[in-house]
Amino acid sequence: MSIDWYFILEKLVLISGVLALSLIVAMYSTWGERKVAAIIQDRRGPNRAGFMGLLQPLADGGKLFFKEEIIPGTANRFLFILGPSLAMLVACMTSAVIPWGDTLTIAGKEISLQVADINIGILYIFGVVSLGVYGIMLGGWASNNKYSLLASVRAASQIISYELAMGLSLIALLMLTGSLSLKDIVEQQRHGYWNFIYQPLGFLIFLVCAFAECNRTPFDLPEAENELNGGYHLEYSSMKLGFYLFAEYINMFISSALMASLYFGGYSFPGMDSLGLSPNLVTILGFLALFIKIIIFLFFFMWVRWTIPRFRYDQLMRLGWNIMIPLALLNMLITGAIVLYRQG
Amino acid sequence: MSTQQIIFLVLSVISLVCAMGVILSKNPVSSVLCLILTFFTIAGHYVMLNAQFLAVVHIIVYAGAIMVLFLFVIMLMNLNADIEPQKRNWLKYAGAISGGTLLVILVAALRDASMPSLQSGATEIGLIGNLGKTLFNHYVVPFEVSSVLFLSAMVGAVVIGKKEH
Repeated sequence: MSIDWYFILEKLVLISGVLALSLIVAMYSTWGERKVAAIIQDRRGPNRAGFMGLLQPLADGGKLFFKEEIIPGTANRFLFILGPSLAMLVACMTSAVIPWGDTLTIAGKEISLQVADINIGILYIFGVVSLGVYGIMLGGWASNNKYSLLASVRAASQIISYELAMGLSLIALLMLTGSLSLKDIVEQQRHGYWNFIYQPLGFLIFLVCAFAECNRTPFDLPEAENELNGGYHLEYSSMKLGFYLFAEYINMFISSALMASLYFGGYSFPGMDSLGLSPNLVTILGFLALFIKIIIFLFFFMWVRWTIPRFRYDQLMRLGWNIMIPLALLNMLITGAIVLYRQG
Repeated sequence: MSTQQIIFLVLSVISLVCAMGVILSKNPVSSVLCLILTFFTIAGHYVMLNAQFLAVVHIIVYAGAIMVLFLFVIMLMNLNADIEPQKRNWLKYAGAISGGTLLVILVAALRDASMPSLQSGATEIGLIGNLGKTLFNHYVVPFEVSSVLFLSAMVGAVVIGKKEH
């Protein structure tokens, strides 16, 4: 048995880095969300813990850890604990195929800032996204509470419905790029135009579906507190509740990274190859460019949340099945026709 | 033992245990969860055979879509262990006998079967490009016909759903 220990070490460091980044960004997204809400509603937002309330996420986390942990007597114990764990696990898994940057050269070794460049990257993401519903469904069912159950059934049907349109909008993108590897897609955009220019409708569909998959307003029907007393995490307390809330923010972060990589050039930025700087510096600048794009998307998520009210359930389903899917099919047909025409 | 063999053995043991769990567990939800785990281990086997595309599609279709619907139905109908209908005794005996017969037949059939040894990594048919070329060059007609089959199944489901109202 021969194991490349150096390779394993490199990947371990990279995975820990990406996980830490996701967690920190998710942590500060909660702060950002409250600040954005405060600005939109003309309030001050959190400003007690630390400068401009920057320590607020730590205080919140500490509070969640010290809360009493309650497992309802009639709940299925195993599944009750499995629910939030799965939600968190699935949220963290997607980051593996996202290219966070080009290669870094350290001590003569080329290190790719992507955990796994598999040739089916997009399908992997699609697979993980389709698993995301289990955390919510199991948690809601195991709580043995009818409101939680209703919320988890809602979540499942919503996520399945919007997954279809999401997949169809991705197919149109794949026709253009001809590759399922995210790294290839980003590299193509680096040497050409961003995919957003070719696929505006596809991007719009993907964006709406990303909102629905993350259970964000205006699609946060599974957490509609005025109808469901709080939604699928009604019975949860302490850090298990924290996991559910946290998973939502990680999902937001990852889908922002995904949208930036698929449609807005990922780690590439205009004039990247004509700066004349050392490759390592360009890679770091590229990572910063990706990060800025991600933050803009995160801000957009929050902006929408505090601007648009929630849909009604039938409106949500009608939008998904009667508008999004036909639009995505149309987009696919047009893209296919153009690709075929250009090939002659 | 090579790394591949160890991974294969671990995967196989997990998939067999999970498959047993599907049948043996009293609670329908844990049956479904065991089935999902089984699908994952089978997807792992596909990866071992260098068929990543097949593995991911397997997860998307079975674990991501079909099993969610299974879970959905179980949750909606609120099936539990205590409302499971009690099977009659003769049914159990009949099941045991027919299962045993099937086992004997399988053993007899597999005794002479020679398994062609497959070098993992040697075959590239499971990669998406090769699979697509094969499907759309050699098997275009069956592929398109099967899509019509799916369409008819969908239309049928919609018709049945409409009838209720």
